[in-house]
Amino acid sequence: MSAQDVLVLAETRGDALADVTFELLAAGRELARTTGGQVLAVLLGPGGAAYAPALAAADRIIAVDDPRLAEYSPEPFASALREVVEAEQPRAALIAATSIGWDVAPLLAARLDAPLATGCQAICPDGDGLMVTASFCGGKMTAECRVAASPAILMMLPGSYRPTGETGKGELEQRSPAAPLEPGAIAFEQWIYPEAGDVDITQQDVLIAVGRGIQQQDNVELAEELAQALGGAVCASRPVVDQGWLPATRQVGKSGMTVKPKLYLALGVSGAPEHQEGMKDAELIIAVNTDPKAPIFDVAHYGAEVDVLDLMPALGEAIAARKG
Amino acid sequence: MNIVVVVRQVPDLIEPLEIVPSGDALDLDAASFILNESDDHALEQALLLKESGGGSVTVVAIDFGDVDNTLYTAAAKGADRIVKIACDGDTPPAARDSAAVYAEAIKPLRAELVLVGVQAHDELDGGLSPFLAAALELPYVGVIRGVKAGDAPGTVAACKEFPGAVMARMNVKLPAVLGILGADQPPRYVPVSRIRGAMKTTQFEESAATLAAGELLLSVSRLYPPAPATRAEMLSGSEEEIAGRIAEILAEKGLVK
Ligand SMILES: Cc1cc2nc3c(=O)[nH]c(=O)nc-3n(C[C@H](O)[C@H](O)[C@H](O)COP(=O)(O)OP(=O)(O)OC[C@H]3O[C@@H](n4cnc5c(N)ncnc54)[C@H](O)[C@@H]3O)c2cc1C
Repeated sequence: MSAQDVLVLAETRGDALADVTFELLAAGRELARTTGGQVLAVLLGPGGAAYAPALAAADRIIAVDDPRLAEYSPEPFASALREVVEAEQPRAALIAATSIGWDVAPLLAARLDAPLATGCQAICPDGDGLMVTASFCGGKMTAECRVAASPAILMMLPGSYRPTGETGKGELEQRSPAAPLEPGAIAFEQWIYPEAGDVDITQQDVLIAVGRGIQQQDNVELAEELAQALGGAVCASRPVVDQGWLPATRQVGKSGMTVKPKLYLALGVSGAPEHQEGMKDAELIIAVNTDPKAPIFDVAHYGAEVDVLDLMPALGEAIAARKG
Repeated sequence: MNIVVVVRQVPDLIEPLEIVPSGDALDLDAASFILNESDDHALEQALLLKESGGGSVTVVAIDFGDVDNTLYTAAAKGADRIVKIACDGDTPPAARDSAAVYAEAIKPLRAELVLVGVQAHDELDGGLSPFLAAALELPYVGVIRGVKAGDAPGTVAACKEFPGAVMARMNVKLPAVLGILGADQPPRYVPVSRIRGAMKTTQFEESAATLAAGELLLSVSRLYPPAPATRAEMLSGSEEEIAGRIAEILAEKGLVK
């Protein structure tokens, strides 16, 4: 326990640790090197000890077990995490901006009266506080913020740190909450999986992604034609799915799919961090957007500042001409 | 069900964002404002719940960023009451500070369900919704897409989004605060004539709640736009030239078969 330590909330996805956990551990190691503290990984839920070998980047792995942590619900998770943070008094608690992170990070900050920063991309010590670089306004603005008090609750943007091979002491401690966790008024009932039968966009080599810049449902058809010409499928950003123009199985990003196609052609997609999270590792990204400052151009290999509605027919013709 | 919805105005990202000369804040005088997207979904979800199960929808907003238009639109869509909180300064308080004032305005409304957008893109200490839940001492769950009446009276079933288009159905005992990401249906369109009608008939209620800055836990020292496109090679020319170049790149990579 030390005010120089950095705590990382580890999350699982399926039977494995979520990729973002390794990014947070890399961030934690970098920060702990300058504060001179240790990196603590916290796992909430039964069987957490099984993940300990994969958490070797941490110095201490705190696995908290309680039947109420078997499936996610906010109150038991926030209470269990609060107990660990209060006991360990770290300089910072790093929590990924995931579905769970968006609940527990602010709930923890509110209960501990601790500072919270969202959209965090980089952290460094600043006296006894921290300086945080954070992205907001859909990735169009960056803020340097000073966080004065400890523990700082930092909601980290996935993709901000690269996992390193660096290891820590990797000592496992298994704990139970001091008192059994209260169930709270909000309880997990069941998982709802997407309906089978639609195209699996994670298996496509070519994806034509449409964003709000596509403007109307009818225009999705133009993207479909391009996808057909290239032997791929159409996927979308969240607002297109929210409009009901494409099913949720076609959404790319934080709450959609993570894709790594050979080609990702982004048409009228701004490239908000939540979208980039699902597509930034595509082999070839070509972005078309009328706004030269759209963040999608930061991850694209090629870009064009042009109206998608003009480009789509022209591209259809150019591809047809190449096919002969 | 007695539902309260919080709506906030945020800078429109279609317009260029400007920074004040001191470099530590957005120049809000230069910004144009729109309704925060997830708050729009929160309003839609509230209206859908009212339509299916009865009750009332009260919209609460801080008087900032041309909010009146948004509030008249909410009334035209079917909100029953509109409560406005005065904002004396040029800038609204940060998410965390504003939670206290929203809580003060909402407490007397005896809400069974409070719906707030899970994120506003101008927040740096974000998650107004969980901070509001803490201030109201109510349970909270966020990242919700879709809410229905629950199986038991006094409950709702809320779907929480997880990666891979997977959702968790959560049973929520009321009263509670939910952070909405998406409604069961896209926000409804309302014709301008109905908004004009609402302007004539809607009376805003003024809340007695007052804004107060809390302890400064997070201070912005500098704002800047991220470095301009560092990676993309920009293609220029007419649409036909750009299309031709893209087709050429795809052919080089063996993607045109
Ligand atoms: C918890 C959480 C989870 C989320 N999960 C996801 C997710 O899984 N996937 C996702 O995509 N988003 C997700 N989001 C939403 C995300 O923050 C953005 O709001 C969203 O990605 C924006 O989609 P967009 O780029 O289509 O729309 P916008 O941001 O509105 O961008 C539209 C773009 O189109 C351009 N444009 C307009 N007209 C034209 C034209 N004629 N020609 C060319 N360009 C044009 C504009 O310049 C603009 O850049 C999530 C948000 C939260 C809070």
